[in-house]
Amino acid sequence: MSAPAIEDGTAAAAAIPGSGMKMDEGMSVRKTSLVPYLQVAPLTLVLLLFFAIPVALVVAVSFFRYQMLVGLVPDFTFKNYVDVLSNPTSWSLYLSTFKFTLIVLAITLVLGFWISYFLVFHVRNLMTAIALFLICTVPFWTSNIIRMISWRPVLGREGLINQALQGMGITAQPIDWLLYSDFSVVVAYVHLYTLFMIVPIFNSMARIDKSLLEAAVDAGASRWGVVWNVVLPLSKTGIALGSLFVVTLVMGDFSVVTVMSGGLSGSVTSGMFNDLQFLNYPRAAANAVILLIVVLLIAVAIFRLVDVRKELVR
Amino acid sequence: MAAPSYGKRPWTFYVLAALFTLFVIFLYGPMISVLVLSFQGPSAALNFPLRDPSLMWFDELFNPRRVGDVPGAFSRSLPLALITMLLTVLIAVTAGFAFRRRFRGATLVFYMAIASLIIPGLVLSIGILVTARFLGLSASWYTTALGAHLSWTLPFGLLIMFAVLGRLSPSYEEAAYDLGARRWQTIKEVVLPIVFPGIIAVALFGFTLSYDEFPRSWLTVGTLNTLPLEIWTMTTNVTSPALYALGTVTTVVSFIVIALALGSILIIQRRRSGSS
Repeated sequence: MSAPAIEDGTAAAAAIPGSGMKMDEGMSVRKTSLVPYLQVAPLTLVLLLFFAIPVALVVAVSFFRYQMLVGLVPDFTFKNYVDVLSNPTSWSLYLSTFKFTLIVLAITLVLGFWISYFLVFHVRNLMTAIALFLICTVPFWTSNIIRMISWRPVLGREGLINQALQGMGITAQPIDWLLYSDFSVVVAYVHLYTLFMIVPIFNSMARIDKSLLEAAVDAGASRWGVVWNVVLPLSKTGIALGSLFVVTLVMGDFSVVTVMSGGLSGSVTSGMFNDLQFLNYPRAAANAVILLIVVLLIAVAIFRLVDVRKELVR
Repeated sequence: MAAPSYGKRPWTFYVLAALFTLFVIFLYGPMISVLVLSFQGPSAALNFPLRDPSLMWFDELFNPRRVGDVPGAFSRSLPLALITMLLTVLIAVTAGFAFRRRFRGATLVFYMAIASLIIPGLVLSIGILVTARFLGLSASWYTTALGAHLSWTLPFGLLIMFAVLGRLSPSYEEAAYDLGARRWQTIKEVVLPIVFPGIIAVALFGFTLSYDEFPRSWLTVGTLNTLPLEIWTMTTNVTSPALYALGTVTTVVSFIVIALALGSILIIQRRRSGSS
């Protein structure tokens, strides 16, 4: 392959179906040996120690009792869950998180789809396409917090946009809702997470055999017909993976919503954040378990919708 | 439209090219404004215009009188990112090879990795902190935070290895064996050259994801901050362009790492296509 391998790297997210294929065909001809077990042992160990056990303990602690000054008291109580679920604040936090998730998902989907479409089907030179793709992905490797803060001098009361609007005489007063508002939260999310949509969709689209599109055109399909009936269905694995990333990132975020709303909006995790500051671990854990269940349900729904499993064994 | 028809460009091309251009401006514009404003003069204005450009805010960073302990945070973030990178490469690459064969529990490990990737960072942070408490350990950047970072970088590394190894047909190795190559010879002469650019990509992800990680570090670093946590504290405390100067410094470090990685991949690709 002449394409720089970095393309493989950044486009890795969409590799799951391919990888599954390898899992099953692979070298199964050879005798089964200990080798794969030894190879996968370090990964399994780290995941057990820093993922599975911690999650199990969060679940356990969510049933513990919290006592002032003492902290954690082992118990089996549903009080923390009742606390969280009977609190109207947590419901409004979930509602606001869902609202942001849906808005950001919609925007990043449209942007991710059409930018990938442009790169794959409109840019005729492969090297140009890869260069443009890299331009889209480089910010991924830089600090999220800095990228978030960088909106301040742009959107602020005395920021670039307000200066420009007033300079051109479009508005007399600076616009206040540009920064520290729901608007700026959405802007920051789109800025940070569109890459997670572009990379897998680009990867899916790049695998589409271009002769399929020609065939569709020859068969009399319209421009939109080709996009709707050929490109869209064939990029659904990428769309699903991108959506999975964006949804879980927005659902689990607290820094963007805190900084960009100026403390006006919250997220599910910022509720947890508050509990943690009062060292109320059991309630934070109950909150965490609820969030985890919600996120996992969404993930399962996405995996079901696109049937990644079927593609795994294909 | 569609496929390379090499005729007149359809109108959609121009619409999408405009969209792409706007997106790139959207992506880089704010970063550039921070870069410019970090050279702000003593007026301490957080907005444009830039007055009396100077390096004073960079100086402030390294002589921490008013801002936090930036050099200290950097002296932890850098080794942490390097250790994470090294472990990510070693563990993810070997695990990637395991998935080329059938083994019991492959699906379980795979889904565990995916779950580790999508779990909200703060949730996992709480879990790791609680685990450390149960074990009687205190949180620190080189134990709990390292583990937290690995839980994030390893799944990424694994996915990259899947993409890379998907291109490595087992028949290449079989051909090498048939031609009488020994095991290590096959790895050195056949497998490694094909996989190497992918390994660099894994290293790039390992370094940058750890270097910039915030939610998974928040509870797990213990008492001494890493750089993203220091920046987080500064976003609320510091109202001078020193914050922008720090943003410029970290972004420059990231860009150096990205350039090193992409540059070495390019050199390898060129050398390979030159030799074949």
